Amino acid sequence: MGEVRRRLRRPPDEAVAPGDLLLDATAWAPRRAWARSLWPYRWPLLFISPFFILFAVFNVYPIGFSFWLSLHDWPGLGPMDFVGLANYAELSHDTIFWNSMLNAALLFFIYVPVMTFLAVVIAAVLNSRFLKLQGMWRALIFVPNITSMVAAGYTFRLMLDKDSGALNHALAFVHVNAVPWLDDVWWARISLGLLMIWAWLGYNTVLMLAGLQTIPPELVEAAKVDGATAIQAFRRITVPLLRPMIVFAVTISIIGTFSMFTEPYILTRGGPIRATETPVYQIFNTTFQDLRFGYAAAESYVYFAIIVVVTLFQFWSVSSRDSVQ
Amino acid sequence: MRLSAEKPIAYASIIALSALMIFPFVWMLSSSFKPFSEIFAGNTFLPEHPTLDNYRSLFEQNNAILKLWNSFYIASLATGISVFLCALGGYAFAKFRFPGRALLFGSMLASMALPFAVVMVPLFVMMRNVFHWIDTPWPLIIPGAANAFGIFFMRQYMLSVPDEMLDAARVDGAGEFRIFWRIVLPTSVPGLVSLGIIFFMSSWNNFLWPLAILHSDSMQTVPVMLNSLQGPPGRTAFDVLMAGSVVSVLPMLLVFLLLQRRLVAGITSGAIKG
Repeated sequence: MGEVRRRLRRPPDEAVAPGDLLLDATAWAPRRAWARSLWPYRWPLLFISPFFILFAVFNVYPIGFSFWLSLHDWPGLGPMDFVGLANYAELSHDTIFWNSMLNAALLFFIYVPVMTFLAVVIAAVLNSRFLKLQGMWRALIFVPNITSMVAAGYTFRLMLDKDSGALNHALAFVHVNAVPWLDDVWWARISLGLLMIWAWLGYNTVLMLAGLQTIPPELVEAAKVDGATAIQAFRRITVPLLRPMIVFAVTISIIGTFSMFTEPYILTRGGPIRATETPVYQIFNTTFQDLRFGYAAAESYVYFAIIVVVTLFQFWSVSSRDSVQ
Repeated sequence: MRLSAEKPIAYASIIALSALMIFPFVWMLSSSFKPFSEIFAGNTFLPEHPTLDNYRSLFEQNNAILKLWNSFYIASLATGISVFLCALGGYAFAKFRFPGRALLFGSMLASMALPFAVVMVPLFVMMRNVFHWIDTPWPLIIPGAANAFGIFFMRQYMLSVPDEMLDAARVDGAGEFRIFWRIVLPTSVPGLVSLGIIFFMSSWNNFLWPLAILHSDSMQTVPVMLNSLQGPPGRTAFDVLMAGSVVSVLPMLLVFLLLQRRLVAGITSGAIKG
């Protein structure tokens, strides 16, 4: 620190340079009252302004504009055709859109419980004292998460191919019939879930591991001294204390599942028979294939409303369970 | 008795799991050296007739060097600008008191819950009709340049910068930006690195938005190039695709191996304190 101070010390004539706090706070101030009252805070306000300017231009304004857009029929070019709430009316009975919502919900239940459970167990194993090379195992489990989902999606498509895929070859080796991984409605959803688990298990494990490290080991030790088995101590002490982190992870998974795009786009192209189309996949197609910008904007709004409702419902169910306990 | 069983089971399951996680990478690498016919026979693990043709085709016919460069400079620019702006914002929220701070901070945190797809359609229209940025790298750099997660992350990190150090510099007559540049940034390097890796990786791997924005062949990033390698149904060029996948994954693997600790620190600190 001494060094830092030395570096900043200037000769006296330079000490009060233009732009310095002392000088312009007294000598120059804006004329308007509100601006003058904010003047002492100009530096922090200036420092945070990039975020709020970009946020206003690229988030707040588009959200407003999107609502305006959703009231129109518009192929993306030329005049916009005002249609009122017709897009929303059409959306309310659009089976393709609601099917994509249902797919996201199904996918959520297919992979998130399994993944979250595995993440907790693996984190506990990684956190145990006797395990050596903890960092290496964590890295190996985490590494899929840094992979381009496009590359991973194609690799999975190759491995899961019904006739030439590695997985069916391995299954044939133990005399199991070929599984139509990508060609059957339910298997395709499961395959997508497998890809998601592969990609996100490590991320969730790292979260759980961080959560575990905030739990004092004495608590678990005390329970064991009182005669609890390792599994009992884990279920009764560790998991309840880990709950905030589990809730956080599941919330991320909800948003992530409803926002999935690359995975179904590459692995299954939304098929077979729309079984793996997700809401964002649908919005993308409505925009860039059907060129129905107004309708896509309406879809975006409904998609967002549903995510908000589902997330709030999850928080509500968690907190109501807390108050029962 | 119990204890002696616990250890082998833990090791066996963690080794098996690691093997499952690594297998797709091995398959990707091995397939990238196989001729097309061998990939589609699918009955060999290691290539029987290893060939470099897939890589040759990737670099000669698909101009992969240019796509790698596109991905690299877009990710670098996006990362550099975002890390700087997030550090600036994080510093303000961590070390200054100003009217409306709690409200501004709260609304910034709330904005994190906004999924990108909600603004994708209007943003695309803006990029095309207002900014005329289609087929340029700017839509991939500017809108996300100062993001809420990054500011929150840097704020958490900068809370631990001692106030005395900043006050001492003020007494010495240093301007506020100078203090940020000469004191706050240098003491926050580990946090900046963590955030930088996260930003760089998400830009490098980003697919949806580049797919919407980058149309011409010479502007493509690596994931968009991989998508365009896919031919009509049933005729997907998996041989070249696997070579391309290896090329897209390898740089991130190197970054990960070198900076794994910092990346994990970045992911967890956001979750713990939040």
